[in-house]
Amino acid sequence: MDVDSSQTRMVDVLLANQEKLLARWAEILLASDAGQGTAEETRQELAEIFGALQRSMSDADESAQGELRAMLAELSRSRARRGATPTQTAISVFALKDAVYELVASAAELVPEFLVFSRMVDDLGLFTFQTYAAAREQVIADQAEAMLELSTPVVRLWDGIIAVPLIGTLDSARTQLVMEKMLDALVTEGAEHAVIDITGVPTVDTEVAQHLLKTVMAARLLGAECTISGIRPQIAHTIVSLGIEFGDIATKATLADALGHALKQSGLKVGPA
Amino acid sequence: MDELPIVSGDDVVRVRQQVRQAAAAARLSLVDQTKLVTAASELARNALIHGGGGAAKVEAATSATGRRGIRVTFSDTGPGISDIDLALTDGWTTGDGLGLGLSGARRLVDEFELTSKPGEGTCVVVAKWSR
Amino acid sequence: MDRVPILKIEGILFVSIQVDLQDDTVLQLQEDLADELSATGAHGVIIDITAVEIVDSFIGRMLTTIGSISRMFDAETVLVGMRPAVAITLTELGLSLRGVRTALNAEKGLRLLAARDG
Repeated sequence: MDVDSSQTRMVDVLLANQEKLLARWAEILLASDAGQGTAEETRQELAEIFGALQRSMSDADESAQGELRAMLAELSRSRARRGATPTQTAISVFALKDAVYELVASAAELVPEFLVFSRMVDDLGLFTFQTYAAAREQVIADQAEAMLELSTPVVRLWDGIIAVPLIGTLDSARTQLVMEKMLDALVTEGAEHAVIDITGVPTVDTEVAQHLLKTVMAARLLGAECTISGIRPQIAHTIVSLGIEFGDIATKATLADALGHALKQSGLKVGPA
Repeated sequence: MDELPIVSGDDVVRVRQQVRQAAAAARLSLVDQTKLVTAASELARNALIHGGGGAAKVEAATSATGRRGIRVTFSDTGPGISDIDLALTDGWTTGDGLGLGLSGARRLVDEFELTSKPGEGTCVVVAKWSR
Repeated sequence: MDRVPILKIEGILFVSIQVDLQDDTVLQLQEDLADELSATGAHGVIIDITAVEIVDSFIGRMLTTIGSISRMFDAETVLVGMRPAVAITLTELGLSLRGVRTALNAEKGLRLLAARDG
């Protein structure tokens, strides 16, 4: 955004009426419920933004722009922490337009400049909204990752037999994590058998089946065999009707059945003491 | 970043090593490094065998969402690809990893862009970002 | 050009791949293995790829070819020590390396070969 020569008069107006505008801006905010915190805090916040705004309008320097954005990003974050909605924060920024308009309403020659100014303030308000959205996205992503880690345990069932109980949907991100953890465990344990339990997987469609196939394929490349357990009646029905073929991969109803199968494959037998 | 020529089998190995170094420097996870280097190997080999020789450029880059990563560009002045859709057909379900290896390489990276015209050579740009 | 050494122990051929293989080294290994199988009548081949960081489709094809060649001499090939990262990448590439058995390490590979002949 260049410094328009047509903005110089606006800049003068802002400079000349700084105290009045700030007071009016704060007043509008505190009157609506878009204001947060004490009156003093609000006035302080607005004064800082006002200063940065003036500097970015009169300065062709990129750093003033950057400073203003950084301040607005911080405003967005601190407001969000205090429980404000992003709309409230954006409205706080838009309120400056009202304060300035009251001043210049009678001056017809300032109208074109005011329009440019108004659009600029709109952009700034929207920017605070964007910052809020981006921050929420990051929180969601972080939580999703933490949950993924927690819900992908790998346990040692017996010598040479590990189990991976899956809880929740099996998407490609989860599949990657499962493969990594399972394969590392196979190497560390020197295990040749893995039981993948899908009791906790709500639905099995063609995509989930492909993820399971991939996981088994990866284990086989290492020299380990997999058994899939936790096949519930509805799942079996869905798999058959979708025409999904598990080929030569053993599937069992329960983890116990799968353990028995894996023990047998290992050449072990369970009998009375 | 410098351009690496791809005119012999040794060059393919060199491209792998360069990509590996860059990927490690960009803090990609081990699995992601392996995937990127393997994709680079496929594409470098393509440039050599199907493209009659070409070059690769490895550079550190940042994704649109601000994540660190690596971008590798492969170019050759070979015969080009006439049916791009066919060349990129996903061969995973047939379990067949042969052919141009383009669809396979695409699955290994986060970004994949191919431009080619018969008689004008081929250019493939791939990128992988840290998580 | 480096040649990958082939060890002969008790009717089994051992190959340990340590370096980033050049194409011609790979092709030479195929030839050398065929020669050794024919000359020694070995019944098994163990290829150790514990040190291999990258397996692309070319190397993958080489491994399956070695498997096929071995079978021509009535020998079984076992690939051992594949790294998890390599397995995940090969899976994504859709390479299942049919025709080659796999095992976690050389010891388990030997057990596999013994079981076949037992």
